[in-house]
Amino acid sequence: MRAHVVIVGAGPSGLTAAAELRRLGVDRVTVLEREQVAGGVPRHTDHVGYGIRDLHRLKRGPAYAAQLIAAAVAAGVEIRCGSTVIDADGSRVDLADGTRLDADAVVVATGVRERPRAARLVPGDRPSGVLTTGAVQQLTAVHRQQVGTRAVIVGAEHVSFSAIWSLRHGGCRTVAMITALPHPQTFAPLRWLSAGLGRVRVLTGRTVVEIVGRPRVRAVRLDDGTEITCDTVVFTGDWVPDHELVRRAGATMVPVSKAPATTSGFHTSITGMFAIGNLVHPAETADVCALDGRRVATSVVQWLADRQWPAPPRPITVESTGDVLAWAAHTARGVTVRAAAFDTSAIELLSDDTVVRRSRRRRLVPHRSITVGIPHNGADRAAPTPPTITSVRLRR
Amino acid sequence: MSVRQPTDDPTDDTICDPIYEVVVVGGGVVGCAAARALSHCRVSVLLVDARPDVGAGTSKANTAILHTGFDATPGTTESRLVARGWHLLRSYAPGAGISVEETGAVLVAWDDEQAAALPRLADKAAANGYTSTAVIDGGEVRSLEPHLGPGLTGGLVVPDEHIIDPWTTPLAFAHDARANGATIETSFEVDRVDVGPEITELHATDGRVRRARFVVNAAGLQGDRLHRSFGLEGFTIRPRRGELIVFDKLARPLLHRTILPVPTSHTKGVLVAPTVFGNLMLGPTADDLEDREATGSTAGGLASLREKGHRILPALADEEVTAVYAGLRAATEHSDYQLSAHPDLRYVVLGGIRSTGLTASMALAEETLVLLGHAGLDVESKDEIVTIRRTPLGERDERPFRTGGRIVCHCEHVTAAEIAAACTEPLPATDVDGLRRRTRTLAGRCQGFYCYAEVMAITGWDPAR
Repeated sequence: MRAHVVIVGAGPSGLTAAAELRRLGVDRVTVLEREQVAGGVPRHTDHVGYGIRDLHRLKRGPAYAAQLIAAAVAAGVEIRCGSTVIDADGSRVDLADGTRLDADAVVVATGVRERPRAARLVPGDRPSGVLTTGAVQQLTAVHRQQVGTRAVIVGAEHVSFSAIWSLRHGGCRTVAMITALPHPQTFAPLRWLSAGLGRVRVLTGRTVVEIVGRPRVRAVRLDDGTEITCDTVVFTGDWVPDHELVRRAGATMVPVSKAPATTSGFHTSITGMFAIGNLVHPAETADVCALDGRRVATSVVQWLADRQWPAPPRPITVESTGDVLAWAAHTARGVTVRAAAFDTSAIELLSDDTVVRRSRRRRLVPHRSITVGIPHNGADRAAPTPPTITSVRLRR
Repeated sequence: MSVRQPTDDPTDDTICDPIYEVVVVGGGVVGCAAARALSHCRVSVLLVDARPDVGAGTSKANTAILHTGFDATPGTTESRLVARGWHLLRSYAPGAGISVEETGAVLVAWDDEQAAALPRLADKAAANGYTSTAVIDGGEVRSLEPHLGPGLTGGLVVPDEHIIDPWTTPLAFAHDARANGATIETSFEVDRVDVGPEITELHATDGRVRRARFVVNAAGLQGDRLHRSFGLEGFTIRPRRGELIVFDKLARPLLHRTILPVPTSHTKGVLVAPTVFGNLMLGPTADDLEDREATGSTAGGLASLREKGHRILPALADEEVTAVYAGLRAATEHSDYQLSAHPDLRYVVLGGIRSTGLTASMALAEETLVLLGHAGLDVESKDEIVTIRRTPLGERDERPFRTGGRIVCHCEHVTAAEIAAACTEPLPATDVDGLRRRTRTLAGRCQGFYCYAEVMAITGWDPAR
């Protein structure tokens, strides 16, 4: 197929989409990566847990990234590192150096970051030693540097517990983990392997109200008045999409997740522009992002063939008593929802006022991915993508 | 009297023991501007600052407005120097690489009482020599700034109230001064002053001693203490903390110009302003404190700012916050600047300079030369002045990443070469804060999620420090 597809971001979703597009016969696929090395976040996360759903293997982060890069290169994908995209729409991208690439489709796969301290409006001094997990992982796994000696971790979701290990690799002991929620949000075994073995106090129902110290952080103060001495504070999780490109392009955004609204095939509201990976659902595991890449390739090929763009997707509306649901988004596995509070409910998926799926009662945990599969319509059983979900509601 | 050439090496006391004509104490925007002006004259100049870097105190944490002085108290020194300073800095900035955006401002009234005050503010502006203001009604304000919240009752357009890069300004002055022969010593915390019959000795807490005939006090928050060490009274610093919230660049299209509130006697109030770096800024609060080091933000301050910001610009509530900071203004019991010359002590003080100091800096430098004349130093201009140019940091300027180079800080598009240069240039960055002010590195939305480790690798700084 004579077409040029440009993908922005060489993480798991972008690399997988690129390889799949080549496999489906698109003759030119370019992946633009602003870092000097492709692979995305898994490059920095030197622990197992990668590749289960997409490669059906259990790999460490860097090995997983390397395999995705190798697969894309072998498929004939052009990966351009050190290429920063400043602006894009559905038919072109503008690079930092002033050059423009025309494209028949643009797939944005720019990923997520953790909300840093300032974005969470945590008051106090502005000392050194206040980091995110992303920075800690790169310091310890890539640059092999020591980050401090006594850390406090803010957050108690999956990545927060993984931060304990990253800190330990950097020679730093975690003394406490703090979450405003009444319980930690990770799975018990992961919690035990990290916080349990490391004898980390997990303080629930607490918030950090002040960062103390200058020029280096000396302590954090909690809402109950206690002060915890530390020289490192790591703000973990609380993911926010790197949505600058899609927002600047004018795409319809989902209010709470701050991700672009997409169809089940990852079309955005901008004709020719697709969005995949954790940009769309902040944040799922890398393998789910990779599966997004596989699915979007089908949508892209369809678009290249018929040039039919679906009705602009709107944010999936969420209905729940007591605002238990924060947001919902399409993934390659169905619809993922995020809860704002602990709850146990059945989840209904609706497509244009028709209930297409009602899940069994599920335990809802904030910050944790809760995915509900979408059944294919009876009539469209052969269709590559299921119907687009327009709203999600809870049934107790 | 012979003056030997000052040395660049602050620890090198054995080779050189110069007696400077003038020492300026305080490397904030005012002190740097004064040192620059002096370096353009036939006098030897030393600039000292207590911190490891210039521009690292009050000057780094202000609202970054190039004020017209329209709302100053007519007849004050501040009114005169802000008006003069606007013109001086406006003409100096482009050549020196200090970004200025000609946004203008609109002072917005939110009720009938405030609207009724607008003509008086226009009259006050005229009394300050600024006659370009225009009173408009609420509908006209809305058409200028459609994203403003409900309840507009009127506005006063101030077309020349612009925004400026507050980080480059003191650095440009310092580099200019240095290029023209001034010596700059940092981490020089004045402990004691000995005023002799001809020479004044400054003793630093680390044991360094520097000698000069004349002393200029531009010590900002410590200005009253230095003043007292000359045996003088007259003003006491009462630090006024201002907390500010910087919003993501995606919020920048919400405004065209700075939105000012109707001022009170205590403060100019909370404003929303674009920044030359492409963000929107909300602030400042105004808390009178005792502690001269209390540059931390507070839960109460941030909550009140968010509430006010939400009323002024409702869409801000949905935008991500990029940075929060707090600065201390060197307020005193007086409302005006405290400038004076003391011939018997060969001493000049530039005290009580609050948020208008950035705009007034070059006029204050001119005034310093006049005051030094009163104190007994005749200054004469040099025939040849070296000009300098910093790489502009403004979002609308042509920045180095446009011509290639490896981008390290992705949020702010800073290249590896810029980071390396900032650490090796004269007056180099010594920490992340200094690097940020020189290059914008780590000033962006991710706050280091992506690039912190790489920045540490390039600079060689220890992340555990």
